[in-house]
Amino acid sequence: MSDLVKDVAFNAEGYMIDAKQWSREIAEFLAKLEGIEVLTPDHWKIIDFCRTTGLASGKAPTLRQITVGTGISTKDLFALFPKGPAKKVAKIAGLGKPEGCV
Amino acid sequence: MKTFLVLGAGTAGIMMARKMSRVLDAKQWKVIVVDKNEQHFYQPGFLFIPFGYYKKDDVVKPIRSFVAKGVEYVVAEVEQLEPAENRVTLANGRVINYDYLVVATGTDIHPEETEGLKDGGWRQNIFDFYTYEGAAALAPAISNFNGGRFVVNVVENPIKCPVAPLEFIFLADAYFTRKGIRDKVDIIFATPLPGAFTKPVASATLGKILERKHIHVEAEFNAGMVDSSRNVLASYDEREIPYDLMVSIPLNKGASFLGAAGIGDELNYVRVDKETLQSTDYENIWALGDAANIPASKAGAVIHFQMEKAFKNILQHMAGQPMTHHFDGHALCYIETGFEKATLIDFDYTHEPLRGKYPVPVVGPFDLLGETTINHWGKLAFRYIYYLMMHGIEVPLPSDFSMAGKKP
Repeated sequence: MSDLVKDVAFNAEGYMIDAKQWSREIAEFLAKLEGIEVLTPDHWKIIDFCRTTGLASGKAPTLRQITVGTGISTKDLFALFPKGPAKKVAKIAGLGKPEGCV
Repeated sequence: MKTFLVLGAGTAGIMMARKMSRVLDAKQWKVIVVDKNEQHFYQPGFLFIPFGYYKKDDVVKPIRSFVAKGVEYVVAEVEQLEPAENRVTLANGRVINYDYLVVATGTDIHPEETEGLKDGGWRQNIFDFYTYEGAAALAPAISNFNGGRFVVNVVENPIKCPVAPLEFIFLADAYFTRKGIRDKVDIIFATPLPGAFTKPVASATLGKILERKHIHVEAEFNAGMVDSSRNVLASYDEREIPYDLMVSIPLNKGASFLGAAGIGDELNYVRVDKETLQSTDYENIWALGDAANIPASKAGAVIHFQMEKAFKNILQHMAGQPMTHHFDGHALCYIETGFEKATLIDFDYTHEPLRGKYPVPVVGPFDLLGETTINHWGKLAFRYIYYLMMHGIEVPLPSDFSMAGKKP
């Protein structure tokens, strides 16, 4: 399993440095590290949304961008990615840390 | 006849309308500013209202007194903006066709977006201080508070003036101390951020002040629900914070007509180029101040620094020239820390707040990230400077951020 990420670069906080190194297998591996054993279609809907918007804008989407963009409620998002969903999805989707605010 | 339309007569709208009316030929241009209110609020002053330091007259003035000669001021809600048609329809039925549009409608709080926040406890033992009414209603609740759990919660970022909740807490700590009941009050700050503030060096400095003042920080707290029957604030990850008195900073959003017009982001802030402040969707639209989606603090000082840049860019655009004035995200905030002291932070898009002196490097007199009495007087003096600027008197503070004399 760890062979999968042996050439992948991570920063000190565990976010992938190069989003292009990402694959769906890597996402499954990273999800397990975050305590999510199985990625369901609902998980993937959110991960795919974050990949698309994150790669287009160069930034991981915020919690609100995810709820507005996917139509999934904040409550459900926390059920799918417990604790901090925006950070957790960003990590699993191979994106940088979401910028909460300024 | 051409029309230069400004929506919003707050800090940014008033200043931009005046600047434009001074330079545009009145035979060719009409400058109109629209606002739903007739009252202008000095919003930084709301912080002092709950503690009785400021009264209504200190922070509320008629908008009309700030509107420059030659500017038409219309009191009306905006019903609809149709950017492809260059047209705004007001709630009173008036239609304004514009050549250039500046959006400066700011940001408002939306307590109704958090489950239970506006239920039984709202303005009973739950208050806000981001509106004049909220700050005024909070004053008697604070003076009648004799002890218990005092909770301050930021629902979601970004918010207007991100340091205001901390200042509010510092002032509350000083207020309860002087009243002799501080040992009976638990002060809890529940924030979605991992710490006191957004920027690392300032967050560490402010975090230390919170610790010294025995204020408990509940970090990474995403408020999901308020149960007024039990006086409990709950997060989405099911942490519960009981309160006796809660001060909420509800979700902040821009005006809804901006979202409906398709030029706003998920929080109705206008998508603009962060340096030119021009809409990324329509070339004859600009957004200023809190209404823009730039990654800078939503604060009056930011408006002051970006105003000159946007103004010059618009004039260049009118003349068919390339826009050469770039806003750097410069922000400057005095932060009250209680007991007649304050600290000061100065930062931009790329530099976080650092130690040093302001406005003159090494000399000051203001102390960046230090906690001093002179910073406090600077904060109080700012209200007078603000009103001067709103009357069109220029104050010579450099717009661009400078690293001179700062210690990285």
